[in-house]
Amino acid sequence: MTLAQRGRWITLGALVLLAGIYVRALRYTPVELFQGPAQKIFYLHVPAAWSAMLSMGLVGLASILFLVMKDARLDRFAAASAEVGTVFCCVMLTTGPLWARPIWGTWWTWDARLTLTLMLFFLFIGYQVLRGAVTDPRLRANYAAVVGICGLILLPFIHLSVYLFRTLHPQPIVLKPSAPSLPPEMLVTLLLSFGVFTLLYVGFVMQRYALGEVGSDA
Amino acid sequence: MLWARELSHAFGAIRALDGISFTLDRGRTLVIFGPNGAGKTTLLRVLAGLVRPTSGSAGVEGGRRAIGWIGHQSQLYGHLTVRENLRFWGTLYDVPAGDLEHRVGELLSRLGLDARAGQQVRTLSRGETQRAAIARALVHDPAVLLLDEPFTGLDRLAAEELGRLLGELAARGRATVLVTHDVKEGTELASDVAFMRTGRFVAIGPRGSRDAAQLTVAYREAVGGA
Amino acid sequence: MRELVRHAWLIARKDLQLEFRSRTALASAFVFTALVLVIFEHGRDPTAVPTIDLAPSILWVTFSFAAMLGLNRAFQAELENQALDGLLLAPISRTSLFWGKLGANLVFVALVQIVGVLLFILFFNVPVWRVWLPFLLVCALATVGFIAVGTLFSAMVVRTRFAELMLPVLLLPFLLPPLIAAVAITVKLFAGRPLSESGGWLRLLAGYDLAFVSLTTLLFPSAVTE
Repeated sequence: MTLAQRGRWITLGALVLLAGIYVRALRYTPVELFQGPAQKIFYLHVPAAWSAMLSMGLVGLASILFLVMKDARLDRFAAASAEVGTVFCCVMLTTGPLWARPIWGTWWTWDARLTLTLMLFFLFIGYQVLRGAVTDPRLRANYAAVVGICGLILLPFIHLSVYLFRTLHPQPIVLKPSAPSLPPEMLVTLLLSFGVFTLLYVGFVMQRYALGEVGSDA
Repeated sequence: MLWARELSHAFGAIRALDGISFTLDRGRTLVIFGPNGAGKTTLLRVLAGLVRPTSGSAGVEGGRRAIGWIGHQSQLYGHLTVRENLRFWGTLYDVPAGDLEHRVGELLSRLGLDARAGQQVRTLSRGETQRAAIARALVHDPAVLLLDEPFTGLDRLAAEELGRLLGELAARGRATVLVTHDVKEGTELASDVAFMRTGRFVAIGPRGSRDAAQLTVAYREAVGGA
Repeated sequence: MRELVRHAWLIARKDLQLEFRSRTALASAFVFTALVLVIFEHGRDPTAVPTIDLAPSILWVTFSFAAMLGLNRAFQAELENQALDGLLLAPISRTSLFWGKLGANLVFVALVQIVGVLLFILFFNVPVWRVWLPFLLVCALATVGFIAVGTLFSAMVVRTRFAELMLPVLLLPFLLPPLIAAVAITVKLFAGRPLSESGGWLRLLAGYDLAFVSLTTLLFPSAVTE
């Protein structure tokens, strides 16, 4: 079985499992008291955020390794991971406002986590725009690795600055999401969805990586 | 003076260099002929250390400092004058200030650029720019010359002068690698010749007494067509 | 170390010489700064929004975009005639090359900032001189790290298609932390609060500068070597 085929099967499996998660979420997990059914979107949103962060982390790691080992496969992996990460970022950035509108009463707020994810999205976009603009594969790999590493180091600084900004400007935020202690059923559902999204990430990246392999031979 | 051992350069499936080996002694001039895309420029860049080879190794006695390089472009700053350019590059190579003025003057007159010395490079003609580029490559009196199609843009007279200049440098013990796609160019300069195709030397050896016409026949046989 | 600084100085001096001779980037940065200030002033309802509330953001937005205008310039001159190859071949370290470029960029940005602040005082009547020393410190801290990243990126971006468009896209996320911090501190300074109240922000800026100046210095060779 080729890599692409294996990736497809893993993705398919993950999607079936995701459907299972939602059966569990809708049927067997209690409805959150204050948020109502809107809260159900969290089982997509939070794990998508996790996968996006995972993507960026692995892009950074692959970039460091690439600069040391100069192996074209690492570059291909980083490219695949970034592309998949962008998709997860999109999922996160669309499900977030959908949830926030009924719950917070606004589509968007400049909360630390939100700003961080938005910047993550911009990082992914920048990374990809750069890749698209370099034709020489060796140069492209080097450049992408440099940006990948810088991006990874940047994230904590963005988080810190946005966090500092908010704490220095205390303001009444209606229904601010405090770290909720989840009832066990919700927690299990959430953890399961984390697993499923990680699997989705793996499946997507395998397919994208296989595609990159085809492209490089041509 | 200069050596390459099993040089290969590849990225993914693209192979630009495929197992190139040779050595070059003092006073020798290796002229490498090959069609476009044979990997000639990549080879020079690897020899200079601008590109890291995937495997194999290359070296120049005296290191980077000993290399004089002429690439496809002049490597001069358009908004600086010819003299300012030469001074800048000379200083980067730690040529002592006194020697530098002397050396710059000598090169300018040798290459017929005296009248252009105070002019900004961007106002020069193509041939003048190429002559200034040659002066730039020689400003630190390098022991090894790596020349990528150095005759491009030169008129007949200037090309002959460059030929004489390179001949003198070889006589003074400088080693030169010159790459070109045109067998007519630089033949008389060559002490050794190599034919290159798809990242390999298909033939390498002393030129002997072969002239341009004989080399052209040999080149056609070795490289095929072109 | 002395060699490193000397070579960096040579590069920076050459860069500034080029810039003062062509003046394209400097002129456009000045005009841009003036324009942004004028537009901001006219887009504000003077009865509803007091100048002092808006001033820090305006100032820093102007600074960052004017800086971005200048960043592309740094390596464009090197690519014009592939002078970069010459610099990479010269017996100077990649670090001194990077620091030279960074130094020239910082001088460039400092000039734009000085003119920007003068225009700002003129147009907005904000008594910047009362807090000039801490303000200077903030400007320096907020600029260094971000310009280091910009210098690194510009070395790569100039070799791509759509270079001028690419740099802002890549750089904007990196602008966020220093920009937020600089605005936050400037707000306090203009409101007459002491610098000591902004300890957290200053630490963030210092950490950012430290992290990115060293990281970019470390990564620069990968950005210019093939």
